[in-house]
Amino acid sequence: MKPILEVQHITKKFKIGSKQESYLSLRDIIAKPFKKKEKNVDTFSALDNVSFDVYPGESIGIIGKNGAGKSTMLKILSKITPPSSGKIISRGRVASLLEVGTGFHPELSGRENIYMNGSILGMRKFEIDKHFDEIVDFSGVEKFLDTPLKRYSSGMQLRLAFAVAAYLEPEILIIDEVLAVGDAEFQKKCIGKMDAVSKSGRTVLFVSHDMNAIEQLCRKVIILEKGVLYKKGETHELISNYLNENKIFSFDTLKLAEKVSLTNISFHPEEITSGTNLNFKISIEYEQTAIPAIRDLCLLIYSLKGVRVAVADLREFIKNFKKEENTLSLEGTIENMNLVEGEYSIGLHYNINETRKDIYDVNQIRVKPCLTSSSINPYSPNYRGFLELGKKIKIT
Amino acid sequence: MLEYVIQSQNKFSLGVKELWQYRELFYFFTWRDVKVKYKQAALGILWAILQPLVMTIMFTLIFSKALNVSSDGIPYPVFALSGLLIWNIFSNGLLNSANSMVLNANIIKKIYFPRLIIPMSTVLTALVDFFFALIIYSVVLIYYRQDVSILKLLLYLPLSILITIITTFGLGTFLGALNVKFRDFQYLLPFMIQFLLFANPVLYSAKAFTNPYISFIMKANPIASAIQLCRSIFTGQEVDWASVGISCIVAIFLLIMGIYTFRKTEAYFADLA
Repeated sequence: MKPILEVQHITKKFKIGSKQESYLSLRDIIAKPFKKKEKNVDTFSALDNVSFDVYPGESIGIIGKNGAGKSTMLKILSKITPPSSGKIISRGRVASLLEVGTGFHPELSGRENIYMNGSILGMRKFEIDKHFDEIVDFSGVEKFLDTPLKRYSSGMQLRLAFAVAAYLEPEILIIDEVLAVGDAEFQKKCIGKMDAVSKSGRTVLFVSHDMNAIEQLCRKVIILEKGVLYKKGETHELISNYLNENKIFSFDTLKLAEKVSLTNISFHPEEITSGTNLNFKISIEYEQTAIPAIRDLCLLIYSLKGVRVAVADLREFIKNFKKEENTLSLEGTIENMNLVEGEYSIGLHYNINETRKDIYDVNQIRVKPCLTSSSINPYSPNYRGFLELGKKIKIT
Repeated sequence: MLEYVIQSQNKFSLGVKELWQYRELFYFFTWRDVKVKYKQAALGILWAILQPLVMTIMFTLIFSKALNVSSDGIPYPVFALSGLLIWNIFSNGLLNSANSMVLNANIIKKIYFPRLIIPMSTVLTALVDFFFALIIYSVVLIYYRQDVSILKLLLYLPLSILITIITTFGLGTFLGALNVKFRDFQYLLPFMIQFLLFANPVLYSAKAFTNPYISFIMKANPIASAIQLCRSIFTGQEVDWASVGISCIVAIFLLIMGIYTFRKTEAYFADLA
């Protein structure tokens, strides 16, 4: 059997440095001949010589840390951006969901958006007609079909978007982290739908931080690390290995929005005892000209399997950010972290200058068991969930 | 089975086959733009009719009543409207298609489809407006009891529209592609369009050009030719077919230039936009 996707030696380079902004202005081009040529522009390889094959009917999870090249890989697979070198041979109709609701327009009604979104995703009009009732049913917004999308709640928009996507019938389906949003019930519905898709013999490529979802959906995984294919194999073996390996959370700066980056997010102490206080510090650097407008900020606490354990909502404290030249910083304490011992990964949810995003794995915390005087041996941490209730139980 | 290769630089092709596969998107993009344009305006789609009417009244007051500009022997509103019909396809089409790639950046970054569909459908949107403007045009023609040769109308009007669309599309894709990388065009274009409105015989007669060089440029100018052609339906003036011929060649050259530039650079739109 021939592979349905042959990824051969894919490399993607981006130019970096002050000279290569994301786009040039005409002035730069006109001035170019008069400037001294800068030698060797720095390049950064988002992907470096990545090769793998995908066979029909396989469902493959792609995992890796921030900046490992997962999204770039998906963008190349979906033909959104070309590779710098290497090639991919594809033998089937590809549909990619790098975002739910691509092409949704707030002024159009729900009905109109179903058609708009469906056709952008590559569905033919007759296919949309055929599935229209099912889509409406799946989304549960039939009452609001003729209301402009801008009056929908974000949950409704999301459900509508996913409902359209659920009726795509490509041979290869490429999905990026779209499940990271939405309520639990809806996520379950989505996972169920994706599971059905992969069981029906279609090929699925799925990127996620949620190891549970990956374990549920994908038989094989590919681990990318710093743009290089690090490992490929069976999901169960690889995921437990991956989780056991020391995760190193290091970055100099992480871009949050245009001209705004995260320079530091640290916790003290590095290892806390369950039930004690955790101090945190967040520093955000920005370019001279504009102080970023932070509208939303939350610390997201994840288990190592990618399940969200808790959210530290910092919106109330945004005004407490201290300003030093080009840097905003916030220090604080989360009291009484009564998590079950183990490692937790920290993510960040933010809305800065109208860029709203979740980023994962910006740091991690390690929680030590709290020593109790009780003579009873505690159950193993895996068994105890996330929340430590030991001292919270009183018998009356 | 559908088999294709994704690699760094594919050989240049028009991608007609792919455009055909995605043909329904033309309809949906055009439909979206028309819908969204007049949403939440109390008068709605009526604006498509009112806009050319208001423009005609405005220019009639200035050019005919105040400045007494010659209108080749036909009532000035008929004269101006026949120019404005063509002009509006060109100016709206050009402005919108030049900005279209940047405006749709969020879609371009998330999904693949032949990129040419975006600027092409904005030109189609301008064409939809044109059909609404035709209603006003017929009303004006009836009001002034303008004699119309049906044969000329059926031949000249489509030809002039075709020349306009090819030109608009050529320049629109060219500027649309450049605008992704150089946002300067976003600021330059309104000036360019204003300049062109006055540099083209939209509101005055082409006879006003006495300088031989300028007359020559106007002969090769597809928009000026399209307007002349559209007007000659009513003025009864002979059509300068040599000029129309040259204009067609220029229009096709612009189209090739536009599509070539666009196809050459489109792969990197998602990285730049």
